[in-house]
Amino acid sequence: MAAISREEVAHLARLSRLAVTEEELDTFAGQLDVILQAVAQVGEVAAADIPPTSHSVPLTNVLREDVVTPGLTPQEALSGAPDAEEQRFRVPRILDEDVAS
Amino acid sequence: MTDITRMTATQIAELVASGETSAVEVTRAHLDRIAAVDGQVNAFLHVDSEGALAAAREVDARRSAGEELGPLAGVPVAVKDVLTTKGVPTTVGSKILEGWRPPYDSTIVQRLRAAGTVMLGKTNMDEFAMGSSTEYSAYGPTRNPWDTDRIPGGSGGGSAAALAAYEAPLAIGSDTGGSIRQPGAVTGTVGAKPTYGGTSRYGLVAFSSSLDTPGPCARTVLDAALLHEAIGGHDPRDSTSIPAPVPDVVAAAKLGATGDLSGVRLGIVSEFAGEGAEPGVLAAFHEAVDTLTKLGAEIVEVSCPHFRYALPAYYLIAPSECSSNLARFDGVRFGLRVGDDGNRSLEEVMSLTREAGFGAEVKRRIMIGTYALSSGYYDAYYGQAQKVRTLITRDFTAAFERVDALISPTTPFVAFPLGARTSDPYQMYLADLFTIPTNLYGGPGISVPCGLSDGLPVGLQVMAPTMADDRMYRVAAALESAVGTLTPPQL
Repeated sequence: MAAISREEVAHLARLSRLAVTEEELDTFAGQLDVILQAVAQVGEVAAADIPPTSHSVPLTNVLREDVVTPGLTPQEALSGAPDAEEQRFRVPRILDEDVAS
Repeated sequence: MTDITRMTATQIAELVASGETSAVEVTRAHLDRIAAVDGQVNAFLHVDSEGALAAAREVDARRSAGEELGPLAGVPVAVKDVLTTKGVPTTVGSKILEGWRPPYDSTIVQRLRAAGTVMLGKTNMDEFAMGSSTEYSAYGPTRNPWDTDRIPGGSGGGSAAALAAYEAPLAIGSDTGGSIRQPGAVTGTVGAKPTYGGTSRYGLVAFSSSLDTPGPCARTVLDAALLHEAIGGHDPRDSTSIPAPVPDVVAAAKLGATGDLSGVRLGIVSEFAGEGAEPGVLAAFHEAVDTLTKLGAEIVEVSCPHFRYALPAYYLIAPSECSSNLARFDGVRFGLRVGDDGNRSLEEVMSLTREAGFGAEVKRRIMIGTYALSSGYYDAYYGQAQKVRTLITRDFTAAFERVDALISPTTPFVAFPLGARTSDPYQMYLADLFTIPTNLYGGPGISVPCGLSDGLPVGLQVMAPTMADDRMYRVAAALESAVGTLTPPQL
């Protein structure tokens, strides 16, 4: 049985903000199925009582001295932006027309 | 005088320090070499001739002024395109960052400059460091100098190939699942993944933040150690940076070079010694084990029963972290923006931008990660993989109670032909079978050439406990003293 359907892959693409094509969906569905079946092997390990590891370095609440150092100028910070206006990142429309009006 | 490009970093630095040659002359020789062979190799995405010559002139001026130079001053270095370089293009091998010139330097690059090294340019890589062959670069594959129809490994194939093609004596890589060590193995060069947190991630474009580790690549173990020392150590701008001095890797490399390993106990990981690797790789590995025995090392077999689950655990953890990290590529603050016609919504523009800017492997990993983190699947996939990570760490801890370091082949197979594994993504993942456990544990690992199989290089991997990076350099340098360095036949 397949681990993942074409419809589920389409849903994942939407969640991931990827406007995939129909051809891509066909290819990815098969490939993701192979990958997910293989990685599902982790389920074979009896690990109910094992604590999870999120990170190999056991550091918490790392702080440094609050010293003022030069940062990027607005011009530098915006230098790679696709679109900028009045020292701000300019973004495409966020609200629907009827909501905005 | 012999060809400068064939020299080690150590030799070049001595010549520059003594005034026998200038840093400018050294830099010109390497830029000429790049111009001559990189059309065949494609190791570089960007060559910064002007910046390199300016840095070289600065080193020469400091020497003329009587300043004492560091052990790598005047030595050229190639930097993987995953590290930000102020004003110099940084693409991460992706179309989504094409043309981006970062407004700041990564800590590694700052330290390279402070050490007086001369950055030649940025090297090719699998897009976002996801891959094992450099074929997933959006800018075409890098080719292996040993056989240009074969892959140079990945994701840092550009850095490894630049070394093997004598385009640079030193290079920087980053290792999330083997991206320094596996290219080192298949190009006959040395690649070291430091202890996680031993080198700064500030300015390293993130793939999987709990695993990403920048590190040194070179043609000799001593050169790698010198580079490791120059770039390593605590960085207040990386909250996972370990606040401790760099282990004395240079002294360890020198000690190892004497060829004496008496008193050193090495463990062969039994799970990696018999299966999974092709016969030629195993033959070269076992010959290297005999050599290590002759050098005085005591060899014992050690079982690490959970290592067989490292690959599946990694391919859940790394994609999960990547799906989160790559959310920043939204077409707003840097890089590509597609479809902004004034009518489309932010979400539509974002989806079109990411669709156009990311390659297939990056999309696959983002979707796998999104799946593994979804409610309903989280416990069975991401949560379970994190528990397996604990068990793998326990395997390492138990093994290091018995031995000083672990050894294995670096990769299951030698450099494969271009195109051989791109149609089946999981077959590509298998290239990292032996390197991944170390990343999940967080310890250091190094690949050092140990012989040839059918005329292609084979690497031996040494894995050490966290913050005992010096141990792996000692073992690698000892093996190098017996095996010697490998020279590709073609270029």
